[in-house]
Amino acid sequence: MAVDQNTDAVPAKAALWRRPAFRATVFQILLVLGLVAFGYYLFQNTLHNLQLRGISTGFGFLSYEAGFGILQSLIEFDETHTYGRTFLVGLLNTLLIAGLGIFFATIIGFVMGVARLSKNWLIAKIATVYIETFRNIPLLLQIMFWYFAILQPLPGPRQSLSFNDSVFLNNRGFYLPGPVFGEGFNIVFAAIVIAIVAVIFLARWARKRQEDTGQQFHTVYASLAILFGLPLIVFFIMGSPLSWEYPALKGFNFKGGIVVIPELIALLVALSIYTGAFIAEAVRSGILAVSHGQTEAAYALGIRPGVTLRMVIIPQALRVIIPQLTSQYLNLTKNSSLATAVGYPDLVAVFAGTTLNQTGQAVEVIAMTMGVYLTISLTISMFMNWYNKRKQLVER
Amino acid sequence: MNKFHVIATSVALAAAFTTSAYAGARFDAIKAKGFVQCGVSTGLPGFSMADDKGSWSGLDVDVCRAAAAAMFGDASKVKYSPLTAKERFTALQSGEIDILSRNTTWTLTRDSSLGLNFAGVNYYDGQGFMVTKKLGVKSALELDGASFCIQAGTTTELNLADYFRANKMSYTPITYDSSDETAKAFDAGRCDALTSDQSQLYALRIKLGNPDGAVVLPEIISKEPLGPVVAQGDDEWFNLVKWSLYAMLNAEELGITSANVDEMKSSKDPNVLRLLGAEGIKGKGLGVADEWAYSIVKQVGNYGEAFERNVGMGSPLKIARGQNALWNKGGIQYAPPIR
Ligand SMILES: N[C@@H](CCC(=O)N[C@@H](CS)C(=O)NCC(=O)O)C(=O)O
Repeated sequence: MAVDQNTDAVPAKAALWRRPAFRATVFQILLVLGLVAFGYYLFQNTLHNLQLRGISTGFGFLSYEAGFGILQSLIEFDETHTYGRTFLVGLLNTLLIAGLGIFFATIIGFVMGVARLSKNWLIAKIATVYIETFRNIPLLLQIMFWYFAILQPLPGPRQSLSFNDSVFLNNRGFYLPGPVFGEGFNIVFAAIVIAIVAVIFLARWARKRQEDTGQQFHTVYASLAILFGLPLIVFFIMGSPLSWEYPALKGFNFKGGIVVIPELIALLVALSIYTGAFIAEAVRSGILAVSHGQTEAAYALGIRPGVTLRMVIIPQALRVIIPQLTSQYLNLTKNSSLATAVGYPDLVAVFAGTTLNQTGQAVEVIAMTMGVYLTISLTISMFMNWYNKRKQLVER
Repeated sequence: MNKFHVIATSVALAAAFTTSAYAGARFDAIKAKGFVQCGVSTGLPGFSMADDKGSWSGLDVDVCRAAAAAMFGDASKVKYSPLTAKERFTALQSGEIDILSRNTTWTLTRDSSLGLNFAGVNYYDGQGFMVTKKLGVKSALELDGASFCIQAGTTTELNLADYFRANKMSYTPITYDSSDETAKAFDAGRCDALTSDQSQLYALRIKLGNPDGAVVLPEIISKEPLGPVVAQGDDEWFNLVKWSLYAMLNAEELGITSANVDEMKSSKDPNVLRLLGAEGIKGKGLGVADEWAYSIVKQVGNYGEAFERNVGMGSPLKIARGQNALWNKGGIQYAPPIR
């Protein structure tokens, strides 16, 4: 102890290299330099070895023509586009499945988490069975199960199930009419944006008023009115600049409209249900972490159970839930790479699969792919950390 | 989990400090470890397929067995690594396997930029289409707008795109990792047609729920010379694999079979005597025992025997020799002489 205190209290006049702070900095700089040098050595060594083995290196391949087709692409793509473009196509498909998966898993998770704590015996048991079943079956099996469970019973394109001759369901996908935006639709679009901004301001105003005066304002109804009313009015003023393109059977398959492929549906169902079970547990643990006294206090004040849950319990539970939620979101995103098992063209299937194989440039392709997952994961983490900070207990 | 597999092998590549300092390093390493590590398919009847006891057989498997027979005098000194199309080249580049013998098409890109060497052609193939009989399609040209089940990381993906582009038709590819899933999806009606090398269509058809409900269309849309591959950087090993295959072809040409190979030892034909290691350079150039080719024919058989047993009339595939007959029997299989 005494010795420790001595070193801490080196007088400011001591030689530079004897100051702990200085020495710590120097060591850290040396460590970083060492790491960089090691990384550089690895990099050079890899290049050298690849060259020695006659394997092409570099990122030049990204501008070569890909020469293969991809099942689903959110941007324009055909076999004459480049390998670089296959990266984008795969990336967007990954983001699509991850985004949709997070959305549905969160809804399922919150509903099931709350349901498991329900006083209704049946509801609580259903939630328990759901959670215990789906959490304990390997995800890959679930994906395969849903895929073939969706494919097998559905009819072929010529015997499609159809609703109203505009929506079709068969084993090639779910076909919906696609919107065709006419002239002037961008003004309607602007109206939608304005409506959203207006609703945000309205909510803020309503909250401030309630904090100041205690008076409540029915934000929900007013918001709905603005959100739908404004764009609709503009839409009709502009002369309904929107038409629909209906899918129609041409040759072997349906053409036109929007198609949701069975690979996407299977993957989405599997990911949402699987991750939802974990989120449900996170939600349950968060709610249980809020002391029962809070509920009793709310009831004693005459607050109804639903409102108690929404306004008293959940906000406090969120502090426990959010960190777990973050790791579930990260898991879902990484698990989405199991897509390749059912042929959904995500980043791993398209870029780290076909592109890697056709070019043989494993090191570059895998480095880029890992970079993407790292970036997505860090972004989700950063956002959730920010959200977590906001929800933390603010001590007054 | 092939994702981890690919990552692991790329990391292994990146971390490969020890560069093979001398030619023949792999040859010596294989000799020292006592077996050949052979990359095969995950299961393709006739070419490489494991039975329920886990022992592998097939035309591609026989190439590995021949190389082991030449190297060790024992065709059973082979271990197998089942690989999907996507994984196969990384496995070879990283040194995880010694030979890739997995219906792999010889192309310029693969030969020149992946650090690989093709050691010959053990099956001349071409890409074809399989459709359900119900569809009533007679030619591939009627398939405009159809969807196709294919396997990722194959020449099939590229040929399909080329063919439809050249014929100004549209198509939808649905790309799977393994042939099993490809066949299952076709069975479930996810696609109108399954496309692959034609020999593999016959092999996959056996795997379908109702094989008779599917027909293979007459068109061949590409050239698919399939053969064994080794990694660049070891010419001795490359030579041994190459000549193991040639020995099988030469044996058929000279009429030497696994049944008569012992009698043939007393033949008067110098060509036969050279192949069986009684005359000429024997095993010296290849660095193996003099009876290397004798071991191959005795234990694996000649090319014709291997063909009939695995994919020909003696197998469920019943593929005719066609292009794969010897050059003097109307085909294009032709091996340089052993002398
Ligand atoms: N010859 C082609 C295609 C080879 C290929 O992988 N074909 C599939 C046919 S569906 C196959 O054999 N799959 C067996 C497996 O995945 O184990 C190539 O070299 O790219």
